[in-house]
Amino acid sequence: MSRQIPLHEGLYTWPAERPQMLGSRCNQCGETAFPAQDDCRHCSASDSTVVPIGDRGILWTWTIQGFMPKTPYNSGETEETFAPYGVGYVEMPGGVRVEARLRENTPEQLRIGMPMQLEIVPFRRDDDGNELMTYVFRACEESEA
Amino acid sequence: MEVAIIGIGLHPFGRHEGMSGLKQGAAAVRAALADAGVTWEQMQFAYGGSQDAGNADALVNELGLTGLQFTNIWNGCATGGSSLHAAYTAIKSGAYDMGVVVGFDKHPRGAFNAKPSDWGIDDWYGETGLMLTTQFFAMKIQRYMHDHGISEDALIRVAERAFHNGSLNPTAWRQQALTYEQIAESTMVSHPLRKYMFCNPAEGGAALILCNADIARRFTSKPLFIKAAAVRTRHYGSFEVFSPSQAMTVADAPTVTASKAAFELAGIGPEDVHVLQLQDTDSGTEIIHMAENGFCEHGEQEHLMRSGATRIDGRLPINTDGGCLANGEPVGASGLRQVYEVCLQLRGHAGARQVPGQPSVGYTHVYGAPGVSGVNIITT
Repeated sequence: MSRQIPLHEGLYTWPAERPQMLGSRCNQCGETAFPAQDDCRHCSASDSTVVPIGDRGILWTWTIQGFMPKTPYNSGETEETFAPYGVGYVEMPGGVRVEARLRENTPEQLRIGMPMQLEIVPFRRDDDGNELMTYVFRACEESEA
Repeated sequence: MEVAIIGIGLHPFGRHEGMSGLKQGAAAVRAALADAGVTWEQMQFAYGGSQDAGNADALVNELGLTGLQFTNIWNGCATGGSSLHAAYTAIKSGAYDMGVVVGFDKHPRGAFNAKPSDWGIDDWYGETGLMLTTQFFAMKIQRYMHDHGISEDALIRVAERAFHNGSLNPTAWRQQALTYEQIAESTMVSHPLRKYMFCNPAEGGAALILCNADIARRFTSKPLFIKAAAVRTRHYGSFEVFSPSQAMTVADAPTVTASKAAFELAGIGPEDVHVLQLQDTDSGTEIIHMAENGFCEHGEQEHLMRSGATRIDGRLPINTDGGCLANGEPVGASGLRQVYEVCLQLRGHAGARQVPGQPSVGYTHVYGAPGVSGVNIITT
């Protein structure tokens, strides 16, 4: 029976009522990394803790991926079915800018500084028919909590 | 101890059906040897690199099994700059008197498709379509335009100038000038960068013969001198390609530190440079690199592009051979193509694209994934 599973473990909390992105915080210098890593790229210590880094953030920069990438891109799409997608860095309250696919895929829908909300969405199916889930961000209202 | 360039060779960039990348590298070495009037047997060492066309040291099968020290260099788009740096250091140390630096490549068509595991990243990053250099460059210039008031006009003018210079260069891949409108209306690839604002992977080879400056005049009446060679990598906080996340703090890019180190070594400043080659993987990176290398303030590029200051006859001639945009980018060879062009300019042999007024100080800059820059300063 097919089910939904994460494309990669450890990037976010899911399933959850309100999924959060996960990162690591260095216990020596306090800097945050995404994805979580044991070693600190700032102070070289090997003393970090996995922490939630939030589910909302501010769009720091963006672009639109207009052509279908070659492998290793693996979305199950074909040249015919490929849909352009947004890509951006989202500034998270956890203290790091996370690169992500964006729901929005036209320049008119995107501007630097806009608030963005995390969503965990189906990306493709594996050979067993399972839905592989990934993280994306979508534009949201300032007041949306 | 000073280091001289006594020979330069190029196998034209572009597409060469039926000719391996290795053979293009060999052709470049033979051209450089002939230019210097020396033989392969005289080479005490070689540093060389290629991304997709095999190990550079396989060149000995083409050029002769002389037993020389041959070291393969691989440093992304900065491979050429890194090879030259290694050779410069080898001669500077006094260990060798003469050697060759070579780069060549032959890439499949279309954008590069890097493998996450080669860069210490898990597969999901590539699978979900985040691992593209084109995306990164688009996002970097998008933020830069926002922060420094650069408009699309400047991006278009970079490409316009590149293809104009390419039209004056018989060894360029793209020798047809494009109008402002053709560039402005070309397909959007990754907003804000359009088709003609990106360079394409290509083929070609480039080689240089270096020697101890004390003996340079035995081979040529006009040796050129490498006053500085510097390679630097990224710091924590610099915004670089293939990064699933960025730190909140902002640090100087590796280009800034490599450039400062090179100017310090050479004992001159940006105002002393007469001709320069800056990594122009796309229009946006050239704009950013103008400031990162110290040739203007952030934001000043808009005016510099509009006023024509960066044209061959301007006060700051950039990418006089058409740069990566008009030459394409065979990764292993690209950085050495820049040096080749600066040498032609300093010798006064650049033909229709010669910078007027007998330039005597040249500057080259390469930038590669995932955040490595190489800078060279060359003088007459």
